[in-house]
Amino acid sequence: MSNLLLFPIIIPLIFATVLMIFPKNLKMQRWIAVIGAASTFVAGLFLLAKVQSDGVQAVTLGSWPAPFGISMVSDMLSVLLVLSSSLITLFVVVYSYSTIGIKREQSYYYPAVLFLMTGVNGAFTTGDIFNLFVFVEVLLMASYALIVHGGEKPQLRESIKYLLVNIISSALFVAAVAFLYSVTGTLNMADLAVKIPEIEATGILTVIAVMFLVVFGFKAAIFPLYFWLPGSYHAPPVPILALFGALLTKVGVYAIMRTYTLFFTMNIGFTHELLAIIAILTILAGCVGALAYFDVKKIIIYNIIIAVGVILFGVSQMNEAGIEGSIFYLIHDMLIKAALFFLVGIVAVLFGTTNLRKMGGLIKTYPVLGWSYLVAAFGLAGIPPLSGFPGKLLIVQGGFEGPQFWGSIVILATSLIVLLSVVRIFIYAFWGEPVETVPLKKSSYYQMFTPTVVLVAITVFFGVGAELFMPFISGAGEVLLNPSIYIDAVLKE
Amino acid sequence: MRTNDVMLQTATKVVTFIILLFAVHIFFAGHYTPGGGFVGGLLTTSAIVLLMLAFDMNTVRKILPINYVVMTAVGLLLAVGTAAASIVFDVPFFTHAYDYFDLPLLGETSLHSAMLFDAGVYLVVVGVTMTIIQTIGEDE
Amino acid sequence: MEIIMSVLIGLLFMAAVYLMLSKSLIRIIIGTGLLSHGAHLLLLTMGGLSGDAPPVVADGVSVADYADPLPQALILTAIVISFAVTSFFLVLAYRAYQELGTDNMDLLRGTEDHE
Repeated sequence: MSNLLLFPIIIPLIFATVLMIFPKNLKMQRWIAVIGAASTFVAGLFLLAKVQSDGVQAVTLGSWPAPFGISMVSDMLSVLLVLSSSLITLFVVVYSYSTIGIKREQSYYYPAVLFLMTGVNGAFTTGDIFNLFVFVEVLLMASYALIVHGGEKPQLRESIKYLLVNIISSALFVAAVAFLYSVTGTLNMADLAVKIPEIEATGILTVIAVMFLVVFGFKAAIFPLYFWLPGSYHAPPVPILALFGALLTKVGVYAIMRTYTLFFTMNIGFTHELLAIIAILTILAGCVGALAYFDVKKIIIYNIIIAVGVILFGVSQMNEAGIEGSIFYLIHDMLIKAALFFLVGIVAVLFGTTNLRKMGGLIKTYPVLGWSYLVAAFGLAGIPPLSGFPGKLLIVQGGFEGPQFWGSIVILATSLIVLLSVVRIFIYAFWGEPVETVPLKKSSYYQMFTPTVVLVAITVFFGVGAELFMPFISGAGEVLLNPSIYIDAVLKE
Repeated sequence: MRTNDVMLQTATKVVTFIILLFAVHIFFAGHYTPGGGFVGGLLTTSAIVLLMLAFDMNTVRKILPINYVVMTAVGLLLAVGTAAASIVFDVPFFTHAYDYFDLPLLGETSLHSAMLFDAGVYLVVVGVTMTIIQTIGEDE
Repeated sequence: MEIIMSVLIGLLFMAAVYLMLSKSLIRIIIGTGLLSHGAHLLLLTMGGLSGDAPPVVADGVSVADYADPLPQALILTAIVISFAVTSFFLVLAYRAYQELGTDNMDLLRGTEDHE
């Protein structure tokens, strides 16, 4: 029993609540938001040390015995994800200072960000499938508020669709939970992992597994459920977009990862093959979008979809290399997507448009920006020694060891398309004839650029120092591959 | 557009207090039987909304000069704070405590930490619902 | 009883889908409300309808007679959430109607700078 694992959930919640009391005090809003995000990150670090030394942490709320109360579980995977999401939120808060606009800052922007953080960290930590639904709703409520924040016309229009899609997927979530409860009689994930292998009717369980895949697929934007993502994500301003792109779809990916390794393992031949096929189709669909658009935001948005496919393909292989690769790639993708959105955001501010055709020649005036963009772009495509490489290598290796070797070939081939799609931004925006840029104060440029370049540096470090992080990654993979570790930690308290 | 609804206004003056008292009853009934902070909060909101319908928004704002967003925040803090108090006592989050006390007038009463949590829920529900209604109702 | 409930849930889902496919925003919102009602009823039914006694420990009631408290707790949570989401949706729809001047989904398609 340790309450430590709840700190990354409670801290942003309390800070967000305090921030709601005085929305107009700009200085206090900024400082308290950044302190909240930073202290969440620090709590995550303590938790990481604890999990590393003592193994999986679990606490069942309200002192109920384990399968009856709501369990919160923190294994290596969830700690790593909590840490990366806290880190990204911290950077987004700092990046927002000069990009989001004072009017938005004074109307509950920072509380919404911190509520989102509460939901995301909660979803990563919970050990109960219905509680997962609750935390997903918390983060969705915050995301509704953020996507429409400021109330511009495109935002209003797109948020209606975003809201509608998510309401439908939430209703499906409740329905899927209902079916699962009627078949197994429990909703505690560890207890499910014990009960599901004892049930002989695998047919109905397979149906439920696919229902959950649809539910989480809506959040994770897998093929063919990604249709809502490009439009909705295009509407809000860049810091919110970075937050969404880095965190929201990843919650869906994490949920698929958790359920498909912990308890929906009764019919791997069907469910996991389906997951692999869908993952590959997701990658292909994302590639088409990433090449088709001349809008910098859209290109990176479609790259989110590609990454979701790559990660899920690794999960579907259910072998050590595949799972470890997925975990590594998941963390890499959270960091690199935030960094890329930051960079693209600066480019868009400088040109005053997101249309690539109206850009050019930025490398002459902002060389450091150009080269850090190139580094981030190479990192996304997985060029060694940058951070995309180790994860992709392991996923491809997992594919060759597993049943769907053709998937690995697709991933390798599409890496080139990813590279092309992001380098296209470099070629159009940074090379070529200089186009007049919007004059920008040096100080506000550096306010945007500093968090960006630090984040890019972190991704580089994550790639070059991959050897350093591998023990954590394989620790996380071990728990996913041996559910008994997870089950013992929860049920034998 | 505003008409002088004498009947509605006269009835409201009485009914509002009945609803408010009933809300308090439901809130405390939630201790052992159906009821609690959520329903109590909704009832209170309905009383305030009735006032708004019978009179108008500015009058109600004069009667109840409350910032509902702050009210939500205070409620959330109260609820989270009650739950988080268990951290201080080093028991799992949300663990509740209760005991029986002899109070003057009321006799033997059971006091429960969950009631504080429920009071937080009550404030949150009233705060959130009123914020929503004010947002829509502000521009007539 | 389960049969009646299934039919009812099916009807709710049917009405919800019909409403959500219409063009008017307000019908869509009512549709989402019906959809979540259907999902909540489904949760209640799938949790088992046996047991008449409320799930509060009382004298002279055997364990088998209690209703299962878990689905009730889950539904309560889900109702609160869908209440919040629906009210948010209403506010959003109202604001969108004010800003965009229409509640017709056909006219809310695409972006201005359509590529």
